[in-house]
Amino acid sequence: MAKVVIDNVRKVYPNGTEALSPSSLNIEDGEFIVLVGPSGCGKSTLLRMIAGLEDITEGSISIGERVVNTLDPAERDIAMVFQNYALYPHMSVYKNMAYGLKNRGMPKADIDTAVQKAAKLLHIEEFLNRKPSQLSGGQRQRVAMGRAIVRDPALFLFDEPLSNLDAKLRNQMRIEIRKLQRELGVTSIYVTHDQIEAMTMADRIAVLNTGKIEQIGTPAQIYHTPASIFVASFMGAPPMNILNGHYNGNGGLEIKDLGHVAVDHKLEVTGDIQVGIRPENVEIHRKEEPHTIPIKVDFLEELGAGRLLHTTIGSTPFIAHLDNEHQIDGETVFAHLPAKALHLFDASTGRRV
Amino acid sequence: MSSSDLQAPTGTTITAAGAAAVSKKPFAWRQIVDHVVLIAGSLFMLIPVLMAFMTSSHSDITVHTNGLQMTFGGHLAENYHEAMLVPGGFTKTVDGMRMLMNSFILGIGFSVGKIIISMLAAYAIVYFQFRFATLAFWAIFTTLLLPLEVRILPSYEIVQGMGLVNTYTGLIVPLIASATGTFFFRQFFKSVPNELIEAARIDGAGPVKFFIDILVPLSKTMIAAIFIIMFVFGWNQYLWPTIMTTDESFFTLVRGIKQILNVFIGSQIPEYGQAMALAIVAMVPPVLVVVIFQSWFVKGLVESDK
Amino acid sequence: MIKSQFKSPLFPYLLLLPQLSIVVIFFYWPAAEAIRSSFYLEDPFGFSSTFVGLDNFRDMVSRSDYVATAEFTIIFSVIVTLFSLAIALLLAVTADRVLRGASTYKTLLMWVYAIAPPVAALIGIMMFDTLVGPIARFFQALGWNYQLGTNRFDTAFAMIVISIWKQVPVNFIFFLSGLQGIPKSVQEAAAIDCASSTRRFWTITFPLLAPTGFFLLIINITYSLFDTFGIIDVVLKGEPGNNPVTLVYKVFLDGFRGNDLGGSSAQSVILMILVLILTVFQFRLIERRVHYN
Repeated sequence: MAKVVIDNVRKVYPNGTEALSPSSLNIEDGEFIVLVGPSGCGKSTLLRMIAGLEDITEGSISIGERVVNTLDPAERDIAMVFQNYALYPHMSVYKNMAYGLKNRGMPKADIDTAVQKAAKLLHIEEFLNRKPSQLSGGQRQRVAMGRAIVRDPALFLFDEPLSNLDAKLRNQMRIEIRKLQRELGVTSIYVTHDQIEAMTMADRIAVLNTGKIEQIGTPAQIYHTPASIFVASFMGAPPMNILNGHYNGNGGLEIKDLGHVAVDHKLEVTGDIQVGIRPENVEIHRKEEPHTIPIKVDFLEELGAGRLLHTTIGSTPFIAHLDNEHQIDGETVFAHLPAKALHLFDASTGRRV
Repeated sequence: MSSSDLQAPTGTTITAAGAAAVSKKPFAWRQIVDHVVLIAGSLFMLIPVLMAFMTSSHSDITVHTNGLQMTFGGHLAENYHEAMLVPGGFTKTVDGMRMLMNSFILGIGFSVGKIIISMLAAYAIVYFQFRFATLAFWAIFTTLLLPLEVRILPSYEIVQGMGLVNTYTGLIVPLIASATGTFFFRQFFKSVPNELIEAARIDGAGPVKFFIDILVPLSKTMIAAIFIIMFVFGWNQYLWPTIMTTDESFFTLVRGIKQILNVFIGSQIPEYGQAMALAIVAMVPPVLVVVIFQSWFVKGLVESDK
Repeated sequence: MIKSQFKSPLFPYLLLLPQLSIVVIFFYWPAAEAIRSSFYLEDPFGFSSTFVGLDNFRDMVSRSDYVATAEFTIIFSVIVTLFSLAIALLLAVTADRVLRGASTYKTLLMWVYAIAPPVAALIGIMMFDTLVGPIARFFQALGWNYQLGTNRFDTAFAMIVISIWKQVPVNFIFFLSGLQGIPKSVQEAAAIDCASSTRRFWTITFPLLAPTGFFLLIINITYSLFDTFGIIDVVLKGEPGNNPVTLVYKVFLDGFRGNDLGGSSAQSVILMILVLILTVFQFRLIERRVHYN
């Protein structure tokens, strides 16, 4: 069990590309942190630096009380679950799990106890003598977890461990991993590009983009108060609607192609801003009411639990979420954008205002 | 388009059974032609060797008067006994068994040596970061450019200068100089998922442990495939053994062919039976290896590209 | 992605040491020696050598026997390459198509790969032997007075047939695995799009097989230039006399029999350049093959 401190860590590859600009992150003991972002955002690089698989160009990483910058991966007291599981194909499940312990010089009897215990926890006792090739994807995933658990590490690292599973299994494993982590109480860092995984699993999320941490916060914070346009549009499905607007300084917000919206609080910037609203916060009426804008229904997408209304405002695609009891007919409906649900971003920096 | 047009190349018909019946007749014809072609090809490959074998069971006089034989004769044991156990050649000191043993020494020594040396080199090139990596890579792979045949004379002189003529070392080691094996293992190592070495590093395996515990067991099939190719290649060497071994006790069977030829020159009735017996013995081990381990062999051949 | 690598100051050099030392001693040294001595004239007893610049090369190309050998080598290589490729392609396409006995045919058509070229040639010269050989007897019965070893053309004929016989299996293996590498779905799509199986072969299968074909072309040229040494040596029984030989055989003859070190080395250098060109082609093709996959 350990705290992890990432202090101004930077990664520059020999060819000069900066994979990660100086980033800091404090992870509490027992916390489950998810690093999320599109591919190439630096999340895997950061994880691999924590694991010791990549050199740290600048800054320091400590696990527990130790600065681990120069330690070998095996000396860092960590365990890692890989995207393709990275099981040794020629070894049985048992040997896969025991290999790390054997290399540490642990006595045979202790190895056996540890492996049996982990196997029981993961319900893979009956597979112990099989080779990885004889297992299904979900079972391999469990073995990969088992190999991490037997090491009894201070820190778990997960590198997109669920991306090779089908959708149903992925949902199931998501819950299992989270339950297991709570039970074991081991600090965990989990890398994914899937924002649903991030939202559902994390204690805290760090959203990365182009080698920078954009925001660190709980899933609720990230969702409800995104710090930038990038975070706002990356987290949430369907994504937040982003429209162009103009703020004239005294409560008057003009949205392009939509008209005037009243804002209660005074903003610090004036001029061009971008306005975001989540699809579920858009109110749709069948008839014209005060503060509504007529919009044309392009297409309705049935979700079962509700529907998505697709339209365009100006040339910007726009989505509104409708409840099931919400009946609409006709081609034109009337939308209301409640002022308190609007997210406002500086048009030049993309940061929240 | 009529439904009978939908004939799949394998001969299965995509459409209903009725359409299949329509196209059945021309189809059966094509199958017959296919088999005729393949049987002709197989016979083209088989008959010369079969004739050599049959001839090795006849007396020299029969062959001399009636030509090569296609039936089984009564002198099989005699010919093979003479070829394998009775010392022959110029010096009358070497028999076929000795040459057979030398062939095995060359075939196995060459393939084992090549596998060990090229695996180590490929391991260094693929899995290590070091200063002269690129230079080492090119130094080794340039050897693919020049076959032994074009540098044969200076090679001979150098090996002779080292006093290695008529030794197994001189016979085997210079043949290992080419990079085919290294190239093959490099390709294979590069296809091993990166995550395996990372998992192993986290599991506390250093370079030696990773090689022995993970990489070598993973390469088992590849090693088997390359062993078969190299064994056949080594066994079948001719030019190098011809110039490197003048002492008959170092002759391999393939090298000994040249000695067999001498019986055709000058002597009254050539020893056809013995010659064919030795030819058969010289081909049986590599042919067996290739036929028995066919799938490994094909895999190794096709994937090593040379 | 960059391969995750170990860092160790000495270990990789240790791993490379055996291969590098063998390569330097038995490859670079002799190759350099060959190039060096191609510029020198050595007296027949090996006591002295004088730098003669490009004289050896000039001598070589002006000698009619060298030119004749080069011409024969080209004819020999072209015939062997074309026939062994064509026969193998026909057999591979057919073997890929049949359902029954496919694996038996495959074994029967590839096992000759394992036979050493000189052993193949020994059997060959028996088959073509003027006195006892059934092929020679067959030709004689047809009125062609076939004389192995005494008639230039007849000897070349035997060399070529034996070389083709020995090379068909390799080509067959590569063509067949190339054919089996064509995805089933592509073949099925072709079967739906194109009714004629002949047309299907030339428009779909053949182009997809082209990378394998190009690659084999290089392999076969290399084979006919170098690997046929054993066949030629055995067919000629070590005594070429009036019979045609290939360039590689001439390097051997002039160097070991004729003791013409400089001339032999100059010929080696020419062959080295030839192989260099072929190999550059081959590397390019391998790269392209990778793209195809």
